[in-house]
Amino acid sequence: MSFFFEVLIGGLLSGVMYSLVALGFVLIYKASGVFNFAQGAMVFFAALTYVGLLEHGLSPWTAVPATLAVMVVLGLAIERIVLRPLVNQPQITLFMATIGLSFFIEGLAQIMWGANVRGLELGLQDEPMEWLSNATGMNVSKFDVAAAGVAAILVTSLALFFSRTRIGRALRAVADDHQAALAVGIPLQHIWAIVWAVAGFVALVAGLLWGARNGVQFALTFVALKALPVLILGGFESIPGAIVGGLIIGATEKLAEVYLGPFVGGGIEGWFPYVLALVFLLIRPEGLFGEKIIRRI
Amino acid sequence: MFYREAGQFKANYQADAAIFPIRQDRMAIAAILVVAFIVVPLFATPYAFTGILIPFLIFALAALGLNILTGYCGQLSLGTAAFMAVGAFASYNFMLRIPEMPILLAFVGGGVVAALVGILFGLPSLRIRGFYLAVATLAAQFFILWFLTKVGWVTNYSTSGVITAQKIVILGYEFDTPAAKYLLVLSIVAVMALAAKNMARGNAGRSWMAVRDMDLAAEVIGIRLMRAKLLAFAVSSFYCGIAGALFAYAFLGTVEPEAYSLDLSFRILFMVIIGGVGTVLGSFLGSAFVALLPVLLSVSVRFLDTSLGLHIPESAISNLELMIFGGLIIFFLIVEPHGLARLWQIAKEKLRLWPFPH
Repeated sequence: MSFFFEVLIGGLLSGVMYSLVALGFVLIYKASGVFNFAQGAMVFFAALTYVGLLEHGLSPWTAVPATLAVMVVLGLAIERIVLRPLVNQPQITLFMATIGLSFFIEGLAQIMWGANVRGLELGLQDEPMEWLSNATGMNVSKFDVAAAGVAAILVTSLALFFSRTRIGRALRAVADDHQAALAVGIPLQHIWAIVWAVAGFVALVAGLLWGARNGVQFALTFVALKALPVLILGGFESIPGAIVGGLIIGATEKLAEVYLGPFVGGGIEGWFPYVLALVFLLIRPEGLFGEKIIRRI
Repeated sequence: MFYREAGQFKANYQADAAIFPIRQDRMAIAAILVVAFIVVPLFATPYAFTGILIPFLIFALAALGLNILTGYCGQLSLGTAAFMAVGAFASYNFMLRIPEMPILLAFVGGGVVAALVGILFGLPSLRIRGFYLAVATLAAQFFILWFLTKVGWVTNYSTSGVITAQKIVILGYEFDTPAAKYLLVLSIVAVMALAAKNMARGNAGRSWMAVRDMDLAAEVIGIRLMRAKLLAFAVSSFYCGIAGALFAYAFLGTVEPEAYSLDLSFRILFMVIIGGVGTVLGSFLGSAFVALLPVLLSVSVRFLDTSLGLHIPESAISNLELMIFGGLIIFFLIVEPHGLARLWQIAKEKLRLWPFPH
């Protein structure tokens, strides 16, 4: 039984890591209706920039703000150069543009910083917490717990930002109804710029944590693929959905791999979350927390 | 002036129902077919066949399949490569397990199996739509590739996972030279493109377009949504399955799951978007663009490299190509969101009016 809980907790904690990436998608989708496939590339870009700056002799305390600045500039540039000319295009066109964007960012990142695999040290060890394993016999990684803590702080601060600040309220207004928001005098383009900057920040946090976990390498871009089932499970428009979806996906994925995997030859982590999310969607087509779909002619 | 349909009267129902009702279109198609079947094989080099023409035609077929689903029926799919893989592996197994199996029949069988799998993965489209469906089709992509690598029976228990495809022999003639393979692929693609063009304007195509434009309204006017959507999935997967089989047999020479990665799915989606959503012509234009772009890029980068003496390292070249590819896609979407097929529309308009301004 303690093995079950160990797997479950490990899964929940890795689910938090998925949520981190999914958050970036949700932020942009909510505010501008763009399904930003380049989020994974942005995570990769952030991690690579941070490591690259460290290699150039910056201390971590200066490298983080510097990377943040780069990510914000990147976000603003994307909004200005790619998405503003595409306003009012069908969603699929915007989606394709972000796929093109992800190629561009991946190429840019590797030209700037090289393509070799690098480690990223955050001062957290990926080893079991001793007191917990002594007390209960369960191995829970310190790193995972710290990452979950970071995610919790990030989500709380985003929630506060959205509900308490002037900009946050404007963001929610834009998400609800673009035209009404424009009509009451909310500057739409500023809001989109801010959202992309915030998405850059979320990509930085996710990039640091995922980079520390798996090493900074091209495979980081595939993190986006891990976040997609989280998104459809939680609903594209919902921040709580991204968190809860991440927890569900993380937990069931690990449990399935451990208990179901041996019967079918293993390696089911790649598709199990998708099938799970798919089955779930058949019951609730708008996702866990997605807005109720009302369709009229 | 050059593209005038004035004076071409349709005097009977047959003329009215022709696929290409305008004489200039018929002449253009005939000219293209003559060039493709006769002129190209006379002049093309083996590299042009294997490196450019054959992949161009195969990808055009796959793009056509995706265009039926995404362009005509409006169901966004990211699992194209997986359906291609199903077609390839099913054809392989038909050839392997049925003695004296004619290879064309094996291709058709592969397409049919792909169509069945497509119907299975199309079922969620009855409940979900838009990006939810797109992500759901990723389930097909990952699950099918996993299935093909894990289940030994499918690959005939090959240890490496890479299987050599059987030889293409039709009526005793072996298609082993690049030119022969090209002609085979070209014939199949031409027939299927004609079928698609015909389907798109028939009952099926019109109900697909109604579903695409507004499925609720389509349902109200009496189109059976389930039938239309599943038919689109089936036909699309059939096309993709045949394209996948051709990809394995006429291009790669091997049948392996790795060739049908998510990257290929995206590439085919690019072809559809760049070429033009919901046009048969667009599938070909998009495929030509995506197939030629890397060739042009590497040639031009190497030209810059040698002529200007910029010594760009090899890794930077591949990354530069990635950047230019991504950048061009964005550029195209901004400049011409309706795709290259729209440029042809504009060109026709100009040809009709020239030399007058209106």
